Amino acid sequence: MREVYVAGIGITTFTRLEYPLVEIASYASMMALKDAGVTEVDQLYVANMGAPRVNHQTALGSAVADSLSLLPAGAAAIENGPASGAAAIKAGFQAVASGMDDVVLVAGVERMREVNNLEATDFVATLTHPLTEYIYGVTLPSHAAMFARLYMEKYGVTERHLAMVGVKNQNAALNNVWAHLQQGITLEGILDSPEAMTNNPYVAEPLRFFDACPVSDGGAAIILVSKEKAQELGRPMIRLSGIGQATDTHAVFEREEPTDLLAVRNAARAAYDMSGLGPEDIDVAELHDAFTILEIAESEEVGFFPKGEGHIALEKGETALGGKIPINVGGGLKGRGHPVGATGVAQAWEIVTQLRGDGEKRQVEGARTGLSLNFGGFGNNVVCLTFVRED
Amino acid sequence: MSVDLEKILRPTDAEMEPYEPKYMMLASGEAVVVRQVFRDEIPDLLKHVEPLIHVERDFYDLVAARVYAELLGYYQYRFQDQYVLALQVDGELAAIVNGREVKPGLGLSLHTLALRRGLRIGAHGFAAKMEYHIDTLGHDEVLIVAESPIGFRRWMIEYKLEKRFDIPHELGGVPSWALTRELFDNARSKLVVGRRPVPTELLEKAMEKILPPSDPPTPALDPLAATRAMYDPTATALVQQRWEMEKGAGNA
Repeated sequence: MREVYVAGIGITTFTRLEYPLVEIASYASMMALKDAGVTEVDQLYVANMGAPRVNHQTALGSAVADSLSLLPAGAAAIENGPASGAAAIKAGFQAVASGMDDVVLVAGVERMREVNNLEATDFVATLTHPLTEYIYGVTLPSHAAMFARLYMEKYGVTERHLAMVGVKNQNAALNNVWAHLQQGITLEGILDSPEAMTNNPYVAEPLRFFDACPVSDGGAAIILVSKEKAQELGRPMIRLSGIGQATDTHAVFEREEPTDLLAVRNAARAAYDMSGLGPEDIDVAELHDAFTILEIAESEEVGFFPKGEGHIALEKGETALGGKIPINVGGGLKGRGHPVGATGVAQAWEIVTQLRGDGEKRQVEGARTGLSLNFGGFGNNVVCLTFVRED
Repeated sequence: MSVDLEKILRPTDAEMEPYEPKYMMLASGEAVVVRQVFRDEIPDLLKHVEPLIHVERDFYDLVAARVYAELLGYYQYRFQDQYVLALQVDGELAAIVNGREVKPGLGLSLHTLALRRGLRIGAHGFAAKMEYHIDTLGHDEVLIVAESPIGFRRWMIEYKLEKRFDIPHELGGVPSWALTRELFDNARSKLVVGRRPVPTELLEKAMEKILPPSDPPTPALDPLAATRAMYDPTATALVQQRWEMEKGAGNA
């Protein structure tokens, strides 16, 4: 198996974008192509979850290939729920590692705000089990709320801990010009003041408004290349060193212990095994904080902290910039936004930015290794990636 | 014989109790002051509203144009029984809400224009406006319309407004919805906040001058202009960009 490197990255602003879906993907891809200094690719994968339903468009791979004048490159769209982005990166990795291709463009894109919030929530809820969850009105916020309630009862996590994640990540987004939310928040404003319950009402108790990521449009792209090609291009040598993917039961209630995210645990373990790294070796991480409780739980499942102690590490500032393991320094899904199909690629974009030392105000000093975790379904399909800077 | 035409043109405003200022904390931790703005301050507001007429997103252009006209009408004595409330953060204008009294017992909501986003400032302003109608002016009902989906969610859905489709609203004759005293009482505990009296320092800062917003809504970014398929269905601009890149890479 050949080694695979990230030679280029690109991203659009995550916000409401009033442009066709293909243009959003194309713009991020153009940036990545330009960054890598390539004008031709052998293959492109476009990650997306909702285009057929939300945007009435299918076959995004060929549409983007044509839009970018990349013909006759091979092209395909990859749909894997909210983990579509990292799943597409995995496909790109396989294409280069196998020797089949030398240059692969992986783009992730979503335009969710073409529909209203209710419809967007419903479209994401289609990933739930149709017979045991969806028909009873289960949505992702309600899933996360039930998970949070169990976590609070079992491990002593409080609403204050959840709010602390929200404040940390939304304020981190202020250092990321591409991030959706550009408005700082405080614990006093969303939790302690007499107006806090109006500023930050319950969405699905115990989760409040500022515990959830925004609904965003956006695109991100990376260029994966072989080692020889990476050396030829002369960009920083960032190796995609590990990939792990794991699944769990479709219906959450079937899990023996619903507070365990086994797919996260298994995906991270596989990525560590492949890369020869352990959690203690990671300098910067991107976790899938679609809801604040998930950052706490995932920080435990990927091995940064013992089970049930993620919130304690949070209290100590260990997950903040300058802490033991900075998490979501670009805002995470909470602050950067969560155009679902683009998120896994955007996470890789942030890690590569960090390993290149281009993070500016949010730069993790001396970062050489990074991990990103893309959480699909409600933890039933998870992809974990590790990256290493080699030069 | 001379005729003072202005006396004929100028409406006679009803006596309306002033709005008692209040303040509240936003999610950002900043304090926002809600207070009434009177005629002599309207020129300041006009300067801050005018740029929003050119913001073609989220109906800012439509709402700002109408608010501008309403404020100008108020300033030039061409709009009867209008009141204007301003929300200010550290003196900076954060939102404008206005309305009018149609007749005793009946109010009419005109507009809610938020100049800062993401902090429920518009929602706080709307709540203050309804508080003024119901609690201060003693209206039993306020007629309301929404011109944007955001407004519809905030007013019609959150307050569970009643339909008054048989009553044309002054904003273009569109169907009205109504907030009744009972609906407002039901919403108070969740949606209506604020503390009184406003600390002297905060109020003085607000009254001193209405400062321009430091981060007002701006026209949507157009980073994708070159690739807009609407005007470039054959992706010519993209091809051209690619050629430029190739030239830059020494491949031309």
